[in-house]
Amino acid sequence: MTSVNGLACRECGRAYPAEALHVCDFCFGPLEVVYDYEAIAKKVSRASIEAGPLSIWRYHELLPAHETSTIDLRAGFTPLIRAERLGEELGLTNLWLKDDTRNPTGSFKDRVVAVALAKARELGFKVASCASTGNLANSVAAHAARAGMSAYVFIPSNLEHVKIAMTAIFDLKLIAVEGNYDDVNRLCSEIASEHTDWAFVNVNVRPYYSEGSKTLAFEVAEQLGWRAPDHVVVPVGSGSQLTKIHKGFLELEKVGLIEDGGHVRISGAQAEGCSPVTTAFRDGADQIRPVRPNTIAKSLAIGNPADGWYALQVVRETNGGMGSITDPEIVEAIQLLARTEGIFAETAGGVTVATLAKLAAEGVIGRDECVVAYITGNGLKTVEALGDTVGPSVVIPPTLAAFSEFERDQEGAIS
Amino acid sequence: MSVTVRIPTQLRPLTAGEGEIVLEATTVREVIEGLEGRHPGIGERLLDESGELRRFVNIFVADEDVRFLEGLNTPLTQGQSISIVPAVAGGC
Repeated sequence: MTSVNGLACRECGRAYPAEALHVCDFCFGPLEVVYDYEAIAKKVSRASIEAGPLSIWRYHELLPAHETSTIDLRAGFTPLIRAERLGEELGLTNLWLKDDTRNPTGSFKDRVVAVALAKARELGFKVASCASTGNLANSVAAHAARAGMSAYVFIPSNLEHVKIAMTAIFDLKLIAVEGNYDDVNRLCSEIASEHTDWAFVNVNVRPYYSEGSKTLAFEVAEQLGWRAPDHVVVPVGSGSQLTKIHKGFLELEKVGLIEDGGHVRISGAQAEGCSPVTTAFRDGADQIRPVRPNTIAKSLAIGNPADGWYALQVVRETNGGMGSITDPEIVEAIQLLARTEGIFAETAGGVTVATLAKLAAEGVIGRDECVVAYITGNGLKTVEALGDTVGPSVVIPPTLAAFSEFERDQEGAIS
Repeated sequence: MSVTVRIPTQLRPLTAGEGEIVLEATTVREVIEGLEGRHPGIGERLLDESGELRRFVNIFVADEDVRFLEGLNTPLTQGQSISIVPAVAGGC
């Protein structure tokens, strides 16, 4: 049994039942799941979690839905990798990477979708839907297929080809909208008002959906031997993932699984072409000004971030930093990560690694801090972003002579 | 001039279930005043104590966020469509 008491408005505190609601009727503030932490503390232990499935569901006591085997694609419990070579380049002695490229559809979105659709099924929904920059579309399409739900997925029409193919393959209604993500999002908010019988994972089911990102904190703490890292670097699109990772560490402390959840410093990574949260952070502003995105990091291209304000608060309160990364820097960072650690990340991963590098260079991240960077999506999804920066070293005829010539050229280039 | 306002689910209890309201207004502020006149209680849901648009409310005039335009003073033209949309949606 989950120990969910209901939902509550994060702004004004009004209470709501645990149904398909995401916004406070009174002040339009976001609704959050409320748990009975005392009850959870009595039920969970490190041992009980370690004996659980190798997926996000090992933390089901701290999630707002039950594991449903008919939906589950085994999201989560991805590797936490010690990154010595990248750390050496960046001057960090205790660097780790959470490799979420390895989820069923290649991004961390499988965590949130697994929770959202498990809850949607529990509430009796038969149609799954979402507004997506691509990764979410992939994940909703796959999970809906497995669950036997029909799906309506809305994306900006200029999305990367792979993300479109990876969604369309699952046989659903894929609606490409002429506009950017913020346009798609607004449209979906309006459609959600008309189709209240659809589970829009990031609209009416959003309070449950977003809770799935807490598992990014849970896993890291468990994988570090039940302790919190000193510092984490998280990509920021809507800001939800960052705030939920923070919440995850706090919850582990609250239920007695770790001791230092409140001390984690949280830094955020944005693309220069869409950095409303970084801008507000640098300006010391108390408002997020929406922007029109223009970046190759399309999965982070949210100009009007729903949780931007909360993400900003978390970064400030935890003494973190923010980065904003240009398109060429994103590509360089993708290559740096690949070259040093053998991980191929999508553009959001490039934004994260480049921010990690900048914050390390600026001294915001301490040399000996235990740092975890979240690599949230697979590079195969955004191959287009690499353009002609990757390709064969040489094209040769199938002769030994030709290869020998290539080798000589290489030696010449080195000496 | 006459404009059409789209009402989100969250406010429909106040509009007797109406999802679309046609009223006379020349600015976004007048739209809110007009809604409040017809359906008392809507105003405080959209504006905070200082009379500013609440943080989690987005208003779109002809598909453009008024925060990109002139906010509550954004002028309207005849027959324009105005959408009130909760800001908290999407992404991750």
